[in-house]
Amino acid sequence: MKELLELYLAFFRIGGLTFGGGLTMLPMLKYELVEKKDWVSEDDLLDYYAVGQCTPGIIAVNVATFVGYKRKGVIGGICSTLGMISPSLIIVSILAMFLQQFMDNVWVQHGVEGIKIVVCALMLNTVLTMGKKSITGKLTAVAAILGFVGAVFTPVPTVALVIVAGIAGIVLNKAGKEIV
Amino acid sequence: MMNNVFIQLFIEFFQIGLFAVGGGPATIPFLMDITTRHDWYTKLDVVNMLAVSESTPGPIGINMATYAGFKATGFLGGLAATLSLVLPSIIVIVIVARILESFSQNKYVRAAFAMIRPVVTGLIASAVLGIFETALFTAKDGSFQVPVFHLALVGVFFGLMNVKKLKKIHPFFWMVAGVVLGIVFRM
Repeated sequence: MKELLELYLAFFRIGGLTFGGGLTMLPMLKYELVEKKDWVSEDDLLDYYAVGQCTPGIIAVNVATFVGYKRKGVIGGICSTLGMISPSLIIVSILAMFLQQFMDNVWVQHGVEGIKIVVCALMLNTVLTMGKKSITGKLTAVAAILGFVGAVFTPVPTVALVIVAGIAGIVLNKAGKEIV
Repeated sequence: MMNNVFIQLFIEFFQIGLFAVGGGPATIPFLMDITTRHDWYTKLDVVNMLAVSESTPGPIGINMATYAGFKATGFLGGLAATLSLVLPSIIVIVIVARILESFSQNKYVRAAFAMIRPVVTGLIASAVLGIFETALFTAKDGSFQVPVFHLALVGVFFGLMNVKKLKKIHPFFWMVAGVVLGIVFRM
């Protein structure tokens, strides 16, 4: 019961303090789940993102369900997801009533500009730590570069890139290559 | 019965949750499509929603569902739309998690994920590039710009985040620092 509440609250904080969703949530997930709670590892997070990309639905919710399920089964997945969506429900409902005034407020606009800078720095930092964790040798370095190039310069869907990577891993393993 | 707005919200948003692969942005075409069947909100509302979602906390897809449902029939509508949207995720992920659990020690599954992880890192890096593009390199009128001051500040923040003593700071405090900076410099 205590951990269910902790899951709800952790994801409430993640949902309530992240701007932009999906990937911009990664620094917050890393802080709450890996550094503060030690619930999952950075490798786990990358795996969840990979699965979350290939399965339908909002990626942030998929990751929340995954982490919650790993900790406390189905009910854990539900608690995490409810935590993730609660701040949106509260904040967006209030905003929907006076949206235009909010967006037109010049101080809000200045603040949002400042947040953008921090989000960029946080994301850069996250890619750096994720890269250190996942790039362990020549093969994985090539995979990271191909993933980046594939996403930026080709219209290949993300799902396809992830699936091809998985198949490549299996083929390399069968060929006796050690992926370290 | 089928005319009940809550049932219609459930049907529409459950479908989005089930078929929109790729997260928040993938829900946009579905949300646009809804305007041809229901008068819950307009296409312009979807654009407004996007702007709101970028500058309010929470996953964009969730914010959009809440906003759409709220526009349709108030707070309970927002709740219904959001819950309908996440229900397929919960079902699918629980099934996938179960399957992966039973294969987690399998050497092929491990090899697959060893290659998937760096690719996902590459994907995340490409998304960061996209975030830089929209957040920094696109001027308010939509033209390309190189904001030297902004980029320098990104560098300063990035540097500070890697100072050993500051590594444990909650990301939220960096955001607060960003808001203060934005207001002070009237960015």
